[in-house]
Amino acid sequence: MVSTEQHINQLLFPILEQVSDPEIPVLSIMEMGVVRSAIIENDIVKVQITPTYSGCPAMDVIGDDIKKVLSENGYNSEVELILAPAWTTDWITPKGRKALEEYGIAAPLDAEADKSVLLDGKRLVKCTNCNSKNTRLISQFGSTACKAQFQCDDCQEPFDYFKCLK
Amino acid sequence: MNNNLYKYILGIADNSLILGQRLGELCGHGPSLETDIACTNISLDLFGQVRSYYQYAAKVIGDGRTEDDIAMLRKEREYVNVLLVEQPNTDFAYTIGRQFLFDVYHYLLLNKLQNSHDLTLSAIAKKSIKEVSYHQRFSTDWVKRLGDGTEVSHQKMQEAIDGLWTYTDELFHQTEADKIMVSEGVGVDVTSLKEQYYAIVSKILEDATLKTPESKWFQKGGKQGIHTEHLGYLLSDLQYMQRAYPNMEW
Repeated sequence: MVSTEQHINQLLFPILEQVSDPEIPVLSIMEMGVVRSAIIENDIVKVQITPTYSGCPAMDVIGDDIKKVLSENGYNSEVELILAPAWTTDWITPKGRKALEEYGIAAPLDAEADKSVLLDGKRLVKCTNCNSKNTRLISQFGSTACKAQFQCDDCQEPFDYFKCLK
Repeated sequence: MNNNLYKYILGIADNSLILGQRLGELCGHGPSLETDIACTNISLDLFGQVRSYYQYAAKVIGDGRTEDDIAMLRKEREYVNVLLVEQPNTDFAYTIGRQFLFDVYHYLLLNKLQNSHDLTLSAIAKKSIKEVSYHQRFSTDWVKRLGDGTEVSHQKMQEAIDGLWTYTDELFHQTEADKIMVSEGVGVDVTSLKEQYYAIVSKILEDATLKTPESKWFQKGGKQGIHTEHLGYLLSDLQYMQRAYPNMEW
Protein backbone atom coordinates (compact mmCIF):
# COMPACT_ATOMS: atom_id res chain seq x y z
CA MET A 1 0.00 0.00 0.00
CA VAL A 2 1.40 3.37 -0.91
CA SER A 3 1.00 6.28 1.41
CA THR A 4 1.10 9.99 0.80
CA GLU A 5 2.41 10.47 4.34
CA GLN A 6 6.03 11.25 4.93
CA HIS A 7 7.89 9.13 7.50
CA ILE A 8 10.86 11.12 8.62
CA ASN A 9 12.89 10.29 11.69
CA GLN A 10 13.11 13.65 13.47
CA LEU A 11 16.80 13.08 14.28
CA LEU A 12 17.52 13.08 10.55
CA PHE A 13 15.41 16.08 9.65
CA PRO A 14 18.01 18.81 10.39
CA ILE A 15 20.68 16.83 8.53
CA LEU A 16 18.59 16.25 5.42
CA GLU A 17 17.47 19.84 5.47
CA GLN A 18 21.07 20.81 4.56
CA VAL A 19 20.69 19.21 1.14
CA SER A 20 19.36 21.59 -1.45
CA ASP A 21 17.88 21.14 -4.89
CA PRO A 22 20.84 21.78 -7.25
CA GLU A 23 18.56 23.59 -9.71
CA ILE A 24 17.02 25.79 -7.03
CA PRO A 25 19.71 26.15 -4.36
CA VAL A 26 17.54 28.17 -1.96
CA LEU A 27 15.19 25.26 -1.55
CA SER A 28 16.03 22.29 0.66
CA ILE A 29 14.87 18.86 -0.43
CA MET A 30 12.67 18.76 2.67
CA GLU A 31 10.83 21.91 1.64
CA MET A 32 10.52 20.51 -1.86
CA GLY A 33 8.82 17.37 -0.56
CA VAL A 34 11.04 14.95 -2.49
CA VAL A 35 12.10 13.00 0.63
CA ARG A 36 9.27 10.56 1.31
CA SER A 37 10.83 8.61 4.15
CA ALA A 38 13.98 8.56 6.24
CA ILE A 39 14.35 5.88 8.87
CA ILE A 40 17.19 4.29 10.81
CA GLU A 41 17.27 0.49 10.57
CA ASN A 42 20.15 -1.56 12.00
CA ASP A 43 22.40 1.52 12.06
CA ILE A 44 21.74 2.24 8.40
CA VAL A 45 19.75 5.26 7.33
CA LYS A 46 17.26 4.38 4.61
CA VAL A 47 16.03 7.31 2.59
CA GLN A 48 13.36 7.22 -0.11
CA ILE A 49 13.22 10.07 -2.58
CA THR A 50 10.82 10.71 -5.43
CA PRO A 51 11.51 12.74 -8.58
CA THR A 52 9.62 15.93 -9.32
CA TYR A 53 9.64 15.07 -13.05
CA SER A 54 10.62 11.69 -14.53
CA GLY A 55 13.58 13.14 -16.37
CA CYS A 56 14.74 15.38 -13.54
CA PRO A 57 18.55 15.32 -13.85
CA ALA A 58 18.88 16.60 -10.27
CA MET A 59 17.86 13.27 -8.71
CA ASP A 60 21.28 11.61 -9.03
CA VAL A 61 22.97 14.65 -7.51
CA ILE A 62 20.42 14.79 -4.70
CA GLY A 63 20.98 11.10 -3.96
CA ASP A 64 24.75 11.60 -3.78
CA ASP A 65 24.38 14.73 -1.62
CA ILE A 66 22.15 12.87 0.83
CA LYS A 67 24.72 10.09 1.21
CA LYS A 68 27.50 12.63 1.66
CA VAL A 69 25.80 14.70 4.35
CA LEU A 70 24.69 11.58 6.23
CA SER A 71 28.19 10.15 6.14
CA GLU A 72 29.57 13.44 7.49
CA ASN A 73 27.18 12.94 10.39
CA GLY A 74 28.39 9.39 10.96
CA TYR A 75 25.63 7.45 9.21
CA ASN A 76 25.83 4.79 6.55
CA SER A 77 22.94 5.22 4.20
CA GLU A 78 20.96 3.76 1.34
CA VAL A 79 18.98 5.98 -0.99
CA GLU A 80 16.11 4.54 -2.97
CA LEU A 81 14.23 6.27 -5.78
CA ILE A 82 10.50 5.59 -5.66
CA LEU A 83 7.81 6.60 -8.17
CA ALA A 84 4.63 6.01 -6.19
CA PRO A 85 2.91 8.03 -4.99
CA ALA A 86 3.84 10.50 -7.71
CA TRP A 87 5.20 13.84 -6.56
CA THR A 88 2.86 16.80 -6.58
CA THR A 89 3.51 20.51 -6.16
CA ASP A 90 1.18 20.31 -3.12
CA TRP A 91 4.11 18.78 -1.26
CA ILE A 92 6.15 21.97 -1.46
CA THR A 93 5.92 23.36 2.08
CA PRO A 94 4.74 26.94 2.83
CA LYS A 95 8.34 27.77 3.75
CA GLY A 96 9.43 26.30 0.42
CA ARG A 97 6.90 28.37 -1.52
CA LYS A 98 8.18 31.51 0.19
CA ALA A 99 11.78 30.60 -0.65
CA LEU A 100 10.81 30.04 -4.29
CA GLU A 101 9.17 33.46 -4.54
CA GLU A 102 12.16 35.19 -2.95
CA TYR A 103 14.43 33.43 -5.41
CA GLY A 104 12.40 34.80 -8.33
CA ILE A 105 10.26 31.80 -9.17
CA ALA A 106 6.49 32.24 -8.83
CA ALA A 107 5.02 29.41 -6.74
CA PRO A 108 2.43 27.10 -8.32
CA LEU A 109 -1.22 28.17 -8.36
CA ASP A 110 -4.01 25.65 -7.81
CA ALA A 111 -4.83 23.31 -10.71
CA GLU A 112 -7.74 25.33 -12.12
CA ALA A 113 -5.91 28.65 -12.05
CA ASP A 114 -2.83 26.97 -13.50
CA LYS A 115 -4.84 25.75 -16.47
CA SER A 116 -6.36 29.16 -17.09
CA VAL A 117 -3.00 30.96 -17.10
CA LEU A 118 -1.29 28.38 -19.29
CA LEU A 119 -4.14 27.78 -21.73
CA ASP A 120 -6.36 30.83 -21.76
CA GLY A 121 -3.82 33.56 -21.13
CA LYS A 122 -5.41 34.64 -17.82
CA ARG A 123 -3.33 37.06 -15.79
CA LEU A 124 -3.14 35.48 -12.36
CA VAL A 125 0.53 34.78 -11.73
CA LYS A 126 2.11 37.38 -9.48
CA CYS A 127 5.35 38.95 -10.71
CA THR A 128 8.17 37.98 -8.37
CA ASN A 129 9.76 41.38 -8.85
CA CYS A 130 6.89 43.88 -8.39
CA ASN A 131 3.91 41.70 -7.30
CA SER A 132 1.76 42.86 -10.21
CA LYS A 133 -0.59 40.31 -11.71
CA ASN A 134 -0.32 42.01 -15.08
CA THR A 135 1.80 39.12 -16.33
CA ARG A 136 1.69 36.96 -19.42
CA LEU A 137 2.88 33.56 -20.52
CA ILE A 138 5.88 33.58 -22.85
CA SER A 139 6.44 29.85 -23.03
CA GLN A 140 4.73 26.81 -21.50
CA PHE A 141 8.15 25.32 -20.94
CA GLY A 142 10.91 27.21 -19.14
CA SER A 143 14.50 26.72 -18.04
CA THR A 144 13.68 23.32 -16.49
CA ALA A 145 10.86 20.84 -17.06
CA CYS A 146 9.00 22.03 -13.96
CA LYS A 147 8.74 25.68 -14.97
CA ALA A 148 7.00 27.95 -17.50
CA GLN A 149 8.35 31.30 -18.67
CA PHE A 150 6.43 34.50 -17.84
CA GLN A 151 6.94 38.21 -18.26
CA CYS A 152 5.52 41.10 -16.23
CA ASP A 153 3.90 43.81 -18.36
CA ASP A 154 4.30 46.41 -15.61
CA CYS A 155 7.98 46.14 -14.65
CA GLN A 156 8.91 44.08 -17.77
CA GLU A 157 10.81 41.54 -15.66
CA PRO A 158 10.89 38.01 -17.13
CA PHE A 159 10.50 35.28 -14.52
CA ASP A 160 9.85 31.56 -14.05
CA TYR A 161 6.57 30.12 -12.86
CA PHE A 162 6.60 26.73 -11.15
CA LYS A 163 3.90 24.74 -12.94
CA CYS A 164 1.24 23.01 -10.90
CA LEU A 165 1.67 19.24 -10.96
CA LYS A 166 -1.19 17.25 -9.45
CA MET B 1 11.73 -14.25 -16.57
CA ASN B 2 8.53 -13.09 -18.20
CA ASN B 3 9.21 -12.64 -21.88
CA ASN B 4 5.77 -11.27 -22.70
CA LEU B 5 5.99 -8.65 -20.00
CA TYR B 6 9.45 -7.67 -21.28
CA LYS B 7 8.09 -7.28 -24.80
CA TYR B 8 5.10 -5.38 -23.53
CA ILE B 9 7.28 -2.88 -21.66
CA LEU B 10 9.43 -2.30 -24.73
CA GLY B 11 6.31 -1.77 -26.83
CA ILE B 12 5.50 1.23 -24.69
CA ALA B 13 8.99 2.44 -23.88
CA ASP B 14 10.51 2.37 -27.38
CA ASN B 15 7.97 4.96 -28.54
CA SER B 16 9.16 7.37 -25.88
CA LEU B 17 12.84 6.70 -26.56
CA ILE B 18 12.60 7.28 -30.30
CA LEU B 19 10.34 10.31 -30.04
CA GLY B 20 12.58 11.70 -27.28
CA GLN B 21 15.58 11.32 -29.59
CA ARG B 22 13.75 13.03 -32.45
CA LEU B 23 12.84 15.97 -30.24
CA GLY B 24 16.36 16.09 -28.86
CA GLU B 25 17.63 16.71 -32.41
CA LEU B 26 15.97 20.11 -32.15
CA CYS B 27 18.23 21.20 -29.30
CA GLY B 28 19.74 24.41 -30.60
CA HIS B 29 17.80 24.07 -33.85
CA GLY B 30 14.23 24.91 -32.84
CA PRO B 31 12.43 27.59 -34.83
CA SER B 32 12.49 29.92 -31.82
CA LEU B 33 14.06 29.79 -28.38
CA GLU B 34 10.76 28.98 -26.65
CA THR B 35 9.79 26.13 -28.95
CA ASP B 36 13.35 24.82 -28.87
CA ILE B 37 13.23 24.67 -25.07
CA ALA B 38 9.74 23.20 -25.09
CA CYS B 39 10.64 20.39 -27.48
CA THR B 40 13.78 19.50 -25.54
CA ASN B 41 11.90 19.62 -22.24
CA ILE B 42 9.36 17.19 -23.64
CA SER B 43 12.28 15.08 -24.83
CA LEU B 44 13.70 15.09 -21.30
CA ASP B 45 10.36 13.98 -19.83
CA LEU B 46 10.19 11.13 -22.33
CA PHE B 47 13.77 10.02 -21.61
CA GLY B 48 12.99 10.11 -17.89
CA GLN B 49 9.98 7.90 -18.43
CA VAL B 50 11.99 5.58 -20.65
CA ARG B 51 14.58 5.07 -17.94
CA SER B 52 11.90 3.86 -15.54
CA TYR B 53 10.53 1.47 -18.16
CA TYR B 54 13.93 0.10 -19.21
CA GLN B 55 15.11 -0.30 -15.61
CA TYR B 56 12.02 -2.39 -15.03
CA ALA B 57 12.50 -4.28 -18.31
CA ALA B 58 16.09 -5.09 -17.30
CA LYS B 59 14.83 -6.48 -14.00
CA VAL B 60 12.13 -8.52 -15.73
CA ILE B 61 14.48 -10.07 -18.30
CA GLY B 62 17.06 -10.68 -15.57
CA ASP B 63 19.96 -11.75 -17.79
CA GLY B 64 22.43 -9.05 -16.81
CA ARG B 65 21.35 -6.56 -19.46
CA THR B 66 21.10 -3.02 -18.13
CA GLU B 67 18.78 -0.16 -19.04
CA ASP B 68 21.60 1.27 -21.18
CA ASP B 69 22.08 -1.99 -23.07
CA ILE B 70 18.39 -2.04 -23.88
CA ALA B 71 18.41 1.56 -25.04
CA MET B 72 21.70 1.59 -26.94
CA LEU B 73 22.67 -1.87 -28.08
CA ARG B 74 19.72 -3.36 -29.91
CA LYS B 75 19.58 -3.69 -33.68
CA GLU B 76 17.06 -1.79 -35.76
CA ARG B 77 14.74 -4.79 -36.15
CA GLU B 78 14.64 -5.20 -32.38
CA TYR B 79 13.06 -1.81 -31.76
CA VAL B 80 9.30 -2.05 -31.63
CA ASN B 81 8.28 1.62 -31.68
CA VAL B 82 5.46 2.69 -33.97
CA LEU B 83 6.39 4.23 -37.31
CA LEU B 84 4.84 7.56 -36.34
CA VAL B 85 7.47 8.50 -33.76
CA GLU B 86 10.48 7.82 -36.00
CA GLN B 87 9.32 10.22 -38.72
CA PRO B 88 11.82 13.05 -39.19
CA ASN B 89 11.53 16.71 -38.20
CA THR B 90 10.65 17.66 -41.77
CA ASP B 91 9.53 21.11 -40.64
CA PHE B 92 7.94 22.56 -37.51
CA ALA B 93 4.44 21.62 -38.65
CA TYR B 94 5.55 17.97 -38.97
CA THR B 95 7.24 18.08 -35.58
CA ILE B 96 4.06 19.44 -33.99
CA GLY B 97 1.76 17.15 -35.99
CA ARG B 98 3.76 14.08 -34.97
CA GLN B 99 3.76 15.22 -31.36
CA PHE B 100 0.05 15.93 -31.35
CA LEU B 101 -0.93 12.63 -32.96
CA PHE B 102 1.23 10.82 -30.42
CA ASP B 103 0.32 12.86 -27.33
CA VAL B 104 -3.41 12.24 -27.68
CA TYR B 105 -2.72 8.50 -27.87
CA HIS B 106 -0.09 8.60 -25.10
CA TYR B 107 -2.46 10.29 -22.68
CA LEU B 108 -5.27 7.80 -23.34
CA LEU B 109 -2.83 4.90 -22.95
CA LEU B 110 -1.36 6.11 -19.65
CA ASN B 111 -4.81 6.91 -18.33
CA LYS B 112 -5.66 3.21 -18.65
CA LEU B 113 -2.20 1.94 -17.68
CA GLN B 114 -2.63 3.60 -14.29
CA ASN B 115 -5.05 0.78 -13.48
CA SER B 116 -2.63 -1.98 -14.48
CA HIS B 117 -2.33 -4.87 -12.02
CA ASP B 118 1.40 -4.50 -12.43
CA LEU B 119 2.33 -2.04 -9.70
CA THR B 120 5.51 -0.76 -11.36
CA LEU B 121 3.76 -0.01 -14.66
CA SER B 122 0.91 1.61 -12.80
CA ALA B 123 3.35 3.81 -10.84
CA ILE B 124 5.22 4.87 -13.99
CA ALA B 125 1.89 5.68 -15.68
CA LYS B 126 0.69 7.76 -12.74
CA LYS B 127 3.93 9.70 -12.77
CA SER B 128 4.12 10.14 -16.53
CA ILE B 129 0.55 11.16 -17.21
CA LYS B 130 1.04 14.43 -15.34
CA GLU B 131 3.90 15.29 -17.69
CA VAL B 132 2.11 14.09 -20.79
CA SER B 133 -0.90 16.28 -20.06
CA TYR B 134 1.47 19.25 -20.48
CA HIS B 135 2.85 17.79 -23.71
CA GLN B 136 -0.65 17.42 -25.09
CA ARG B 137 -1.55 20.99 -24.17
CA PHE B 138 1.57 22.26 -25.93
CA SER B 139 1.08 20.33 -29.16
CA THR B 140 -2.68 20.98 -29.27
CA ASP B 141 -2.08 24.66 -28.77
CA TRP B 142 0.36 24.75 -31.68
CA VAL B 143 -1.87 22.71 -34.01
CA LYS B 144 -4.56 25.33 -33.44
CA ARG B 145 -2.17 28.25 -33.83
CA LEU B 146 -0.70 26.99 -37.07
CA GLY B 147 -3.97 25.61 -38.45
CA ASP B 148 -5.90 28.75 -37.67
CA GLY B 149 -2.94 31.01 -38.40
CA THR B 150 -1.78 32.39 -41.73
CA GLU B 151 -2.49 30.89 -45.12
CA VAL B 152 0.98 29.37 -45.23
CA SER B 153 0.93 27.97 -41.68
CA HIS B 154 -2.51 26.49 -42.34
CA GLN B 155 -1.31 24.81 -45.50
CA LYS B 156 1.81 23.41 -43.84
CA MET B 157 -0.11 22.11 -40.84
CA GLN B 158 -2.64 20.42 -43.11
CA GLU B 159 0.16 18.83 -45.17
CA ALA B 160 1.79 17.52 -42.02
CA ILE B 161 -1.44 15.98 -40.71
CA ASP B 162 -2.17 14.48 -44.15
CA GLY B 163 1.36 13.11 -44.38
CA LEU B 164 1.40 11.60 -40.90
CA TRP B 165 -2.15 10.25 -40.91
CA THR B 166 -1.14 6.96 -42.48
CA TYR B 167 0.86 6.13 -39.31
CA THR B 168 -1.98 6.61 -36.82
CA ASP B 169 -3.83 3.32 -37.18
CA GLU B 170 -0.80 1.32 -36.05
CA LEU B 171 -1.08 2.83 -32.59
CA PHE B 172 -4.11 0.59 -32.04
CA HIS B 173 -2.66 -2.70 -33.29
CA GLN B 174 -2.04 -5.45 -30.77
CA THR B 175 0.89 -7.85 -30.77
CA GLU B 176 0.65 -11.37 -29.34
CA ALA B 177 2.47 -10.22 -26.21
CA ASP B 178 0.03 -7.32 -25.86
CA LYS B 179 -2.94 -9.68 -25.98
CA ILE B 180 -1.48 -11.92 -23.29
CA MET B 181 -0.68 -8.94 -21.07
CA VAL B 182 -4.20 -7.56 -21.54
CA SER B 183 -5.68 -10.92 -20.54
CA GLU B 184 -3.57 -10.85 -17.36
CA GLY B 185 -4.78 -7.38 -16.41
CA VAL B 186 -1.32 -5.91 -16.92
CA GLY B 187 -1.64 -4.36 -20.35
CA VAL B 188 -4.02 -1.88 -21.90
CA ASP B 189 -6.30 -3.01 -24.71
CA VAL B 190 -5.30 -0.34 -27.23
CA THR B 191 -8.10 -1.31 -29.61
CA SER B 192 -10.52 0.14 -27.06
CA LEU B 193 -8.85 3.56 -27.32
CA LYS B 194 -9.23 3.97 -31.05
CA GLU B 195 -12.68 5.49 -31.27
CA GLN B 196 -12.03 8.03 -28.55
CA TYR B 197 -8.66 8.89 -30.10
CA TYR B 198 -10.08 9.76 -33.50
CA ALA B 199 -12.95 11.69 -31.90
CA ILE B 200 -10.53 13.88 -29.89
CA VAL B 201 -8.17 14.37 -32.82
CA SER B 202 -10.98 15.29 -35.23
CA LYS B 203 -12.46 17.78 -32.77
CA ILE B 204 -9.13 19.56 -32.32
CA LEU B 205 -8.44 19.57 -36.06
CA GLU B 206 -11.85 21.10 -36.58
CA ASP B 207 -11.09 23.79 -33.98
CA ALA B 208 -7.85 24.41 -35.86
CA THR B 209 -9.82 24.84 -39.14
CA LEU B 210 -8.09 21.74 -40.50
CA LYS B 211 -9.60 18.80 -42.33
CA THR B 212 -9.50 15.33 -40.84
CA PRO B 213 -7.97 13.16 -43.58
CA GLU B 214 -10.34 10.63 -45.11
CA SER B 215 -7.67 8.22 -46.24
CA LYS B 216 -8.26 4.70 -44.97
CA TRP B 217 -4.95 3.25 -46.08
CA PHE B 218 -2.55 2.87 -43.20
CA GLN B 219 1.09 1.91 -42.77
CA LYS B 220 2.18 -0.65 -40.21
CA GLY B 221 5.20 -2.68 -39.21
CA GLY B 222 6.94 -0.82 -36.41
CA LYS B 223 5.55 -3.08 -33.72
CA GLN B 224 7.04 -6.05 -35.61
CA GLY B 225 10.39 -4.31 -36.03
CA ILE B 226 9.84 -3.46 -39.71
CA HIS B 227 10.66 0.25 -39.84
CA THR B 228 10.78 3.12 -42.30
CA GLU B 229 14.24 4.05 -43.55
CA HIS B 230 14.38 6.94 -41.08
CA LEU B 231 14.95 4.77 -38.00
CA GLY B 232 18.35 3.52 -39.15
CA TYR B 233 19.72 7.04 -39.39
CA LEU B 234 18.26 7.95 -36.03
CA LEU B 235 19.82 4.91 -34.38
CA SER B 236 23.22 5.53 -35.89
CA ASP B 237 23.15 8.90 -34.15
CA LEU B 238 21.72 7.54 -30.91
CA GLN B 239 24.09 4.58 -30.69
CA TYR B 240 27.24 6.09 -32.13
CA MET B 241 29.20 6.54 -28.90
CA GLN B 242 28.42 3.07 -27.54
CA ARG B 243 29.26 1.44 -30.85
CA ALA B 244 32.49 3.40 -31.39
CA TYR B 245 33.65 3.20 -27.77
CA PRO B 246 31.98 0.13 -26.24
CA ASN B 247 31.11 0.49 -22.54
CA MET B 248 32.13 4.13 -22.41
CA GLU B 249 30.66 6.17 -19.56
CA TRP B 250 30.29 9.87 -19.03
